[in-house]
Amino acid sequence: MLLLLQYTLIFASVLCLVALGGCFSEHSGVINLGLEGIMVMGALGGAVTMYLLPGDGSKLVIVLATSLAAILVGMLYSCLLAVASINFKADQTLIGTAMNLLATAAATVFVRAMNTAGNPDNVSSTIQYIQEKRAFLKYIGGFEFNWFMLMAVVLLVVSYFVLYKTKFGLRLQACGENPQAADSVGINVYKMRWAGVLISGFLGGLGGIVYITAGVSEWKFEMGVAGFGFLALAVMIFGQWRPTKIALAALLFGMFRALSNVYTGIGFLAALHIPSTVYNMLPYIISLIVLAFTSKNSRAPKAEGIPYDKGMR
Amino acid sequence: MNEKAEKKSFLKNPSVQAIMTSLICIILGLLIGYIVLLLINPAGAGEAIKTVLINFLSRSSQAAKVKALGNTLAKTAPLLMCALSICFCYKVGLFNIGAAGQYEAGACFGLYAALAWQLPWPVCLLIAGIAGGVIGAISGVLKAYRNVNEVISGIMLNWIMLYMSNTLLAKVKDPASPYTLKLSAANPKALIPNAGLNAMFANNKTVTLAIPLAILFAILIWVILSKTKFGYELKATGYNKDAAMYAGMKEKQNIIVTLAIGGALAGIGAAFLFLTGYQEWSTTQTSVPGMGFNGIAATFLGGLHPIGTIFSSFFIQSITDGGALIDKSVYPSQISDLISSLIIYLCGFVLFFKFVINNWIDKSTKKKEISKVTGEAIEGGDK
Repeated sequence: MLLLLQYTLIFASVLCLVALGGCFSEHSGVINLGLEGIMVMGALGGAVTMYLLPGDGSKLVIVLATSLAAILVGMLYSCLLAVASINFKADQTLIGTAMNLLATAAATVFVRAMNTAGNPDNVSSTIQYIQEKRAFLKYIGGFEFNWFMLMAVVLLVVSYFVLYKTKFGLRLQACGENPQAADSVGINVYKMRWAGVLISGFLGGLGGIVYITAGVSEWKFEMGVAGFGFLALAVMIFGQWRPTKIALAALLFGMFRALSNVYTGIGFLAALHIPSTVYNMLPYIISLIVLAFTSKNSRAPKAEGIPYDKGMR
Repeated sequence: MNEKAEKKSFLKNPSVQAIMTSLICIILGLLIGYIVLLLINPAGAGEAIKTVLINFLSRSSQAAKVKALGNTLAKTAPLLMCALSICFCYKVGLFNIGAAGQYEAGACFGLYAALAWQLPWPVCLLIAGIAGGVIGAISGVLKAYRNVNEVISGIMLNWIMLYMSNTLLAKVKDPASPYTLKLSAANPKALIPNAGLNAMFANNKTVTLAIPLAILFAILIWVILSKTKFGYELKATGYNKDAAMYAGMKEKQNIIVTLAIGGALAGIGAAFLFLTGYQEWSTTQTSVPGMGFNGIAATFLGGLHPIGTIFSSFFIQSITDGGALIDKSVYPSQISDLISSLIIYLCGFVLFFKFVINNWIDKSTKKKEISKVTGEAIEGGDK
């Protein structure tokens, strides 16, 4: 049971971070379907940093450097979405989809080229970080505490504060609800939307590195992040674009995801002899059902997905 | 004067502009791909990008070239079906990213019908189409009645169908490997017939009726969309859901029907690959097959036109196959995935490219007119 709690918390941290990223982007008026790709890129940045750092170095350095690298790469990658959808008014769904495909392809090409350069016989797309990963963990009794869980909680509180209690957050939301009105009172809609997308790159990139260090010590980049970015979007919709509800939704979805990792260790579930594929499907099935019941009264920002054109005011 | 007007109208022609913007996307995508290859290893980059581009032509003998072309064509047929599925839905304002899941459903039930029930190929094809259609319709119902974005539900169904296919097809798999049984041994009746086409491709057995059938489907979709009342109503729903409703069209029903048709196309697409015996389904795969996503590239590269999609599907499949031919000890074969995803990204800028082209045409014609006017004035002055 402790194991279930541990996995639930770490997966919930991932979902919460990435969903908050989506939340910022959508509140500014840009649909970010590229979260999955941003996660892959963040994961790549973090994994390469861990690969380059000496495994026996200071734990604090490893944790900080890895997180920062993931965040930076995530933000850089999110610029692709910002440029296309804000400045060039491209179709946001199309750009997001392209970013997801591009991220997996680019990460695979990068890691394979890196591995082959190190050892000509190594054509895999896997990065290992067994030793470095230990820097993130702290054992409290039998419970494996991960520093990322703390980061997720802190960022959740900060996000809530920024979104509802600061001038910036309220202006950001205005751009997603009614950009024309926001512009008329002197808010630069383009800048605000850029800020929203960059924040989603920040949180999405961090979420990516948390995901690939949750429970495993190596990652095969050909797999991308297995639809987790989209689960985060479902969490965001279920959470009605509000940080507090998003956190609760993330816990629920995190638990269903954790079940597929640990069900063999739980007596009554193992006794049911349900094939493992059912547990793999579970988070996606649950999110479909949940969406079917919550999307009807959607509180989505009104102007999301519509490119803002100053000339159309 | 006449000639100039002709030239102007030629460049202003929407289909000419669509082809030009597609070419810009391809050239930029290849250029970036080439730069990436240069960064990995400058020595063989030129050779590698050439291999990606010319694919089957890089083989040594004539027979090998023709055979490789046959393989590319055999895989173009399913890709074209996926692209048609996405293209058809996009015309109705729906982004069918779930084509991959509908494709999986088609593969799953088509193969199961062939292997477990020993049915002949036309029936398996039909079952694959129905299975894909049902998955598409689920997205449609969720969209029409529960306001669930079809992109999100499509992605969820992609993963659900992946695991479901792995579970169901594990019942008909080869005991020694993770792959499903070979159709040629287990049920040759389920193989789509060659109808003599294989003779043209150095007796490549995977060249079947599927290829002409896929092209027929493209023409059929074009006719439905541009020549029928049904297609007009669907497109009207896509332009403005509310206006379509006030005009007496059943907009909810249209959404469901569209996604069901899109799903059926993708499902049949899967049958066009797996019922040719080209490859078997691996029951241990952990990622959604790329066919549905490459379909997005082909759709947008084809200028969102069913006929254009035929050519763009062949191009995307050709560079994908070309990517597998490059020297794998130096370059990763995913370079072609990189190029095709870059092309999709660049397709987002199509409006901008068109704006630039039109701007350029307007400017150059204006310049010519001015020079003509001043030229005439000087002539007049001389007299």
